[in-house]
Amino acid sequence: MTGVGQTDYPPGFTNDLIYCQFMEATGAEIVVRSLAEEGVEFVFGYPGGAVLNIYDEIFKQDKFKHVLVRHEQAAVHAADAYARATGRVGVALVTSGPGVTNAVTGIATAYMDSIPIVVVTGQVPTPAIGMDAFQEVDTVGITRPCVKHNFLVKDVKDLAATMKKAFIIAATGRPGPVVVDVPKDVTYHTTDFEYPATVEMRSYNPVVKGHSGQLKRAVQMLLEAKRPMIYTGGGVVLGNAAAQLVEVARLLGFPVTNTLMGLGGYPATDRQNLGMLGMHGTYEANMAMQHCDVLLAVGARFDDRVIGNPAHFAREQRRIIHVDIDPSSISKRVKVDVPIVGDVKNVLTEMLTLLKQAKDRPDAEALTAWWTQIELWRSKNCLKYNKQSPIIKPQYVVEKLWEVTKGEAYVTSDVGQHQMWAAQYYKFDQPRRWINSGGLGTMGVGLPYAMGVQLAFPDAQVACITGESSIQMNIQELSTCKQYRIPVKVLTLNNRYMGMVRQWQEFFYGSRYAESYMESLPDFVKLAEAYGHVGMKIEKPEDVEAAIREAFSPALKERMVFMDFQTDQTENVFPMVEGGKGLSEMILAEEL
Amino acid sequence: MRHIISLLMENEAGALSRVAGLFSARAYNIESLTVAPTEDATLSRMTIVTTGSEDVIEQITKQLNKLVDVIKVMDLTEGRHIERELMLLKVKAVGAGREEMKRTADIFRGRIIDVTDSTYTIELTGTGSKLDAFLEAIDPAFIIETVRTGASGIGRGERSLKV
Repeated sequence: MTGVGQTDYPPGFTNDLIYCQFMEATGAEIVVRSLAEEGVEFVFGYPGGAVLNIYDEIFKQDKFKHVLVRHEQAAVHAADAYARATGRVGVALVTSGPGVTNAVTGIATAYMDSIPIVVVTGQVPTPAIGMDAFQEVDTVGITRPCVKHNFLVKDVKDLAATMKKAFIIAATGRPGPVVVDVPKDVTYHTTDFEYPATVEMRSYNPVVKGHSGQLKRAVQMLLEAKRPMIYTGGGVVLGNAAAQLVEVARLLGFPVTNTLMGLGGYPATDRQNLGMLGMHGTYEANMAMQHCDVLLAVGARFDDRVIGNPAHFAREQRRIIHVDIDPSSISKRVKVDVPIVGDVKNVLTEMLTLLKQAKDRPDAEALTAWWTQIELWRSKNCLKYNKQSPIIKPQYVVEKLWEVTKGEAYVTSDVGQHQMWAAQYYKFDQPRRWINSGGLGTMGVGLPYAMGVQLAFPDAQVACITGESSIQMNIQELSTCKQYRIPVKVLTLNNRYMGMVRQWQEFFYGSRYAESYMESLPDFVKLAEAYGHVGMKIEKPEDVEAAIREAFSPALKERMVFMDFQTDQTENVFPMVEGGKGLSEMILAEEL
Repeated sequence: MRHIISLLMENEAGALSRVAGLFSARAYNIESLTVAPTEDATLSRMTIVTTGSEDVIEQITKQLNKLVDVIKVMDLTEGRHIERELMLLKVKAVGAGREEMKRTADIFRGRIIDVTDSTYTIELTGTGSKLDAFLEAIDPAFIIETVRTGASGIGRGERSLKV
C-alpha cells in the first residue's frame, strides 16, 4: 500500500537506480558516498552523538569497511599509517568535542610528517555552535595550527565540493591532514547530490615542475663536485621517487644518506648508502655531510635532529642544491645555493635526463679519493655492540627481526630508544616499509600504526617495535586487533625505563633518573592473553631468534603476537650528537 | 627592518584567524594588521606591517603563500609604494590651547570632524611616522583618546596586486 506523498515506482525500478544520480541526499549520505567515490577502503573511527546520522549511513553501505578503534587518537594514527604504507589518503571519523580533542594528537602527528589524511569530525548543530553546547569544541580553531587546511561546513549544499577539496588538498603538493567539520543538522539536511570529478581552487596551485634554469645549474654543480653527498628525506618516500633517486645516485656514483623519515628511499643494503644521518646517525653519514663540498638535498628539511647546530654545520664551505615541493622548507634553517621547488619525482626525472645528456662526467679521481675517506670513516663500525652479553641487547632483537623477515617486513615503531635502534639496525631496502612518528615524536603510535598497515596489506609481515612505556600509551588497541583479527607482531624492548629519557638523564643530568623508571609494569603475556592474543616473554639472548621465528611462523600467521623482550636496562643509543652540538661532534659507544 | 605585506585571500570565515594564528605560532612580529573585503566580495585584502631580518621576512612571505586560502602575497616595501593610515584623535580644546590645537591640526592637514565646548575630534591620514609626529607635536596632557587603523598600502604606478 502506498502512503500519502509517496511515489509509486514501476515494477523493476529499484531503489538503487534512483540512488545513483541527481538524487536528493542527506548530508550524512553525502559524506558516506563521497568517501566511496574517493575509493576509500577503510574508515577508522568511533561513533558519538554528532555523527550518528553518518554512522547510520555507514551501516547501510558496503563500499568501505569501518574499523572501530578504542580511542580516537588511534583512529587517526591508523588512518595515517594506512596512508604512509599505501600512498593513498587515509580517513578517520570522530564525533564532536572529546572525539576531536582525542584526535588532535593524531592529526598533529600526521601534520609534522606531511601525511595525507582526511578527518571527518562531527559538530553540534549549527544553531548550537557558540552556545557551549554538550560536546562542543571549536574544531577548526583547535586544529588550525596542525592541519594543512580545515573546513566547517555550514550548508549541506557545500558538502560534496568540500569533501572533494579535502581529498585534493590532502594528497597534492606537500601532503597533509585536512579536517572537515560537519554539524549534526547538516548531516540530515538534504540537497541534490552529485560528486564533482574535480574542484578548481584559485588559491591553491602547488608547483610541480622544477625550474629548468636551476636544474641546469644543479647538474653542472653536481658534475663539478669533488666530495659530493646526496641527502634525502621523507619527501622521496612521499613523492614516490625512490626509483628515480636510485637511478640518479647510481649514475653519479655518489654517497647517499637518508633521514629518519627517508629510510627506504635508497636501499639500506646498497654500498652507496651510508645509513641514517643526524642525532643518532652513523659516523660515516654525519662526517660525509659535514665535509662534502656539494650537497644535493632532496625532500628533506635540514631540521634540528638532522644537522644539529646550523652554525657548526656552516663552518665548512659547501654548495647546496635543495629540491623540495614546499618553498618554505628551502633556506629555512640553512641557506642554499640552488633552490628547486617542485615535485621530487618530476625534478629527479628531469635531472636524470640532463645528466645523461651532459658531456661532462663526475671527476673519477676526486670521487675515488672521497670514497677512500668515507670507507675509513665507515671502518669505525659505529653500530657495533656487545654480542657476547648474557643479557638481551635491544639491537640484537632488531637484527634478528631483520634476518627472520628477510628485510621485507613493514616495521612500525613508537618513540624513543627502540625507535632509533629500529632505524639503525633494520635495513630498509624499500620505501613505505618504515612507519614512525619522526616530526612530532608521538609515543603510542606503534600499535595503531601496525593496525593501519596490516589492514592495508593483510598478507604482509607487520612488526611493531616498541618499548614498555610507549606501548602502554595505546595498549587498548589490543582489543581492536582482536575484533578485526589483525595479526600484527609486537616486539617490546622492555628495559623497565623510559629509555631515551634515562639516557639523557645519565648523560646530562648526573644520572638522576627522575620519573623515568616504569614501576608496576603489567604482566604483558597475561595482558595479551586477556585480549585473546599470544603472549611471549623472552629473557635470554639465545631464545630471541626462536621466539621471532615462532611469531612469524605459519602456525601463528593469523594471530596477534605480543613479544616481551627483557632487554639490557642501561643500553644507550650511539652514535649521538648532543643537542646544540655539530654533526661531526658525535659521542661514540667506544668513547665511554 | 619594517615591511608592509599585502595579500589577497578568499573572504571566508576564519580567514583572519589563519593569518593571525600563523604569526603567533611561528613567533613573527606583527605591528598592525588591517583587513576588509575588496570590490570583489569573495576577496579579502589584508595589509600586515611586520619587522624582521631578511630571512624572517622571506619565511613570512612563504608561509603566507602556503596558506590554502591565500591567493597572492606581495611585499610592498620591495618596490615603490604608498602607505596611509587613518587616525581619529579626541583632544581637550579649552582656553588658549583650543586655538593652538587647531593650528597644529592644520599644519598636519588634519580635519576637525567633531566639536564641543571643550573637545575637538581630529581626523588625520598619512604614513605611520606622520601620525607619530603629530602625537609628538601636541601636549600629551590634551589627548583624551586615539584610534589608529594600522597601515594600508598600495603599489605606485602600474604595480598592483590583483587576481
